[in-house]
Amino acid sequence: MATRLEVKKTYKLYVGGKFPRSESGRTYEVTSARGAFLANAAWGSRKDVRDAVTAARSAQPGWAGATAYNRGQVLYRVAEIMEGRREQFVAEVAASEGVTKPRATTIVDAAIDRWVWWAGWTDKIAQVLGNLNPVAGPYFNVSAPEPTGVIGIVAPQRSSLLGLVSVVAPVIAAGNSCVVLTSEQRPLPAITLSEVLATSDVPGGVVNVVTGPTAELAPWLAAHRDVDGIDLTGCAGADGVDATALEVAAADNLKRVLRPAADEPDWGTTDLERLRIFTETKTVWHPKGL
Amino acid sequence: MSPRFDYAPAPESTAVVDIAPSYDLFINGEFTAPLSERTFATINPATEEKLSQVAAAGADDVDRAVKAARRAYTRVWGPMPGAERAKYLYRIARILAERSREFAVLETLDNGKPIKESRDVDVPTAAAHFFYHAGWADKLEYAGLGAAPAPLGVVGQVIPWNFPLLMLAWKIAPALATGNTVVLKPAETTPLTALLFADVCRQADLPPGVVNIVTGAGETGQALVEHPDIDKIAFTGSTEVGKQIARSVAGTDKRVTLELGGKAANVVFDDAPIDQAVEGIVNGIFFNQGHVCCAGSRLLVQESVAEEVVHRLQRRLQTLRLGDPLDKNTDIGAINSQAQLDRITELTAAGEAEGATRWSPPCELPDRGFWFAPTVFTDVSQAHRIAREEIFGPVLSVLTFRTPEEAVARANNTTYGLSAGVWTEKGSRILWMADKLRAGVVWANTFNRFDPTSPFGGYAESGYGREGGRHGLAAYVTAEGTH
Repeated sequence: MATRLEVKKTYKLYVGGKFPRSESGRTYEVTSARGAFLANAAWGSRKDVRDAVTAARSAQPGWAGATAYNRGQVLYRVAEIMEGRREQFVAEVAASEGVTKPRATTIVDAAIDRWVWWAGWTDKIAQVLGNLNPVAGPYFNVSAPEPTGVIGIVAPQRSSLLGLVSVVAPVIAAGNSCVVLTSEQRPLPAITLSEVLATSDVPGGVVNVVTGPTAELAPWLAAHRDVDGIDLTGCAGADGVDATALEVAAADNLKRVLRPAADEPDWGTTDLERLRIFTETKTVWHPKGL
Repeated sequence: MSPRFDYAPAPESTAVVDIAPSYDLFINGEFTAPLSERTFATINPATEEKLSQVAAAGADDVDRAVKAARRAYTRVWGPMPGAERAKYLYRIARILAERSREFAVLETLDNGKPIKESRDVDVPTAAAHFFYHAGWADKLEYAGLGAAPAPLGVVGQVIPWNFPLLMLAWKIAPALATGNTVVLKPAETTPLTALLFADVCRQADLPPGVVNIVTGAGETGQALVEHPDIDKIAFTGSTEVGKQIARSVAGTDKRVTLELGGKAANVVFDDAPIDQAVEGIVNGIFFNQGHVCCAGSRLLVQESVAEEVVHRLQRRLQTLRLGDPLDKNTDIGAINSQAQLDRITELTAAGEAEGATRWSPPCELPDRGFWFAPTVFTDVSQAHRIAREEIFGPVLSVLTFRTPEEAVARANNTTYGLSAGVWTEKGSRILWMADKLRAGVVWANTFNRFDPTSPFGGYAESGYGREGGRHGLAAYVTAEGTH
């Protein structure tokens, strides 16, 4: 009996809910941690980044305007669909990160559970980060968080799935849209996650994923005037990336900046830091009276 | 036209203030001559008379102040129980209230704002800020900022000239309540109330080095921002300088909050109570000569009532009294400086040149000092500079709209996002507008209200971070154990 030849996947970008190749036509070879060929990933370009920002901008108001309950259901759906693709993620994480299958399984499970955690946050953010303020006068005064807008994310270099989920989920849970530059050497789980997002009722454009060299792409994202905030986490351990220069570029339109730690965190725990940085507090006053 | 009454002059006495001929820097609990050996004059903008000669801190002086603040943080203020810090802040609040008349007169002399504003707004709100934050000092674990929020260390603070004492309070009160120590630089043109505040610190027996005041101009501020031993920078001022600060701290561990410029839309719908709205428009742009970052400088009025609103607004403006800031009847005081007057003059000339229609009430300007008559521009397009750039003066640009969607689009068509106003009797529309307006503060059927419990700060290029309320504390503590 002849052995069946495997059908391999082409890993492309994820922009505006679609899976285009890079407009540049460029690709780069992605290898496993042991050096074996895995795929030719798209080598994104400046124009791909800009297209992704455009898609993120047009998707953001609709996503922010959805009810928090609805956003929570959508994020929970992401966990459901990931669960169904568990074996594929385990294989990709094991290959990308060079870990054993049991270790990869633990990582994938944690990533799925992290979506569940953030799914539960969407309709609690305003309650935890908001406030009724007892001003000294006859006024109703309330403060509530709103999404900052379009967030650029330089995703972690090492943790190709759990780290990625940990930086993307809080940003979109809060109602932002985002443009993600994936781990340069380990981009494949991010593209597979994109396929999950595309089938999880996450509106196209809310998450956009660009693969390629971080040092080439991050400056375009950091300098883009229609990006409202940037998470530089993935600068830690990235080849040739100058995080300080990115922060300087981000100042041109006063992006909210999450600086990278010296070393990438281990992603074992999570907190509300990204919610705080990538939301804006709006305070509304109204007089009380007859 | 309503009758215009003549008022007898009612100037507030200046006998209550005692301005020294010169002031040194306030470092480590005492006044000390600047190592820079440089000084500058501060003047009364209403008369151009010199009030005092003030030390200009150089980089060495800033370094001394930061060292004093670090020592005080490490040895005294950081380890002090919150309940004790609270009592110092309560003392300061009480002393400010006790000396309120002195502060109000001094503020008006140095800044040019009407005495009724410094007396009724600036000084009492500053005292309230200390009183509010005093209560937080021993309750920080309840602030929703983690189980054990810790201070950051030494905070460098740079404040503007439009609300000198109030901005000092907005900066110092939360910093001290959370256990940080402070080096504060007041604005070059308005250093005097900050220097008088040093005397309040003395009366309150505040430990030396907890609050240090370094006077000077931009380069003093720059030395403070760039000092390596500063843990956090809090800045209120122009967007341009805010961006420079954001660049200069790139790659460091310094935390930053920025409260910057604005170009707020004040949106008036056709069902608004017009007389109340007119009062709100006047308060929105002519309060403090329009030297307000959250000023309602763009009036967006629904087309069907535009003519009536502008007519009633012009009638109301004819009753405003411009003149001696110390006079209790004065509504519009002096422009703070020649430089600011030049900027307002330049931008309003551009408004005319670009085709907008300029109007001011008949208004006699004093011979000496810096003055600018209340000015309203109609026939303004979104492209005009007076609709886009922050004028920071008593100048209103009037634009019109037809639908709520258009009002939102126009209101949000700015790189700023500090504040906005909405005037309508329809509750659901207020809430809809409040959701859509991209601004950190939305005043509905009111404008320019401030309170220590109410977070203040901007979206987009109006800066980041909040001041006041529970949210304002977050800028001064480590949260979540992430740092």
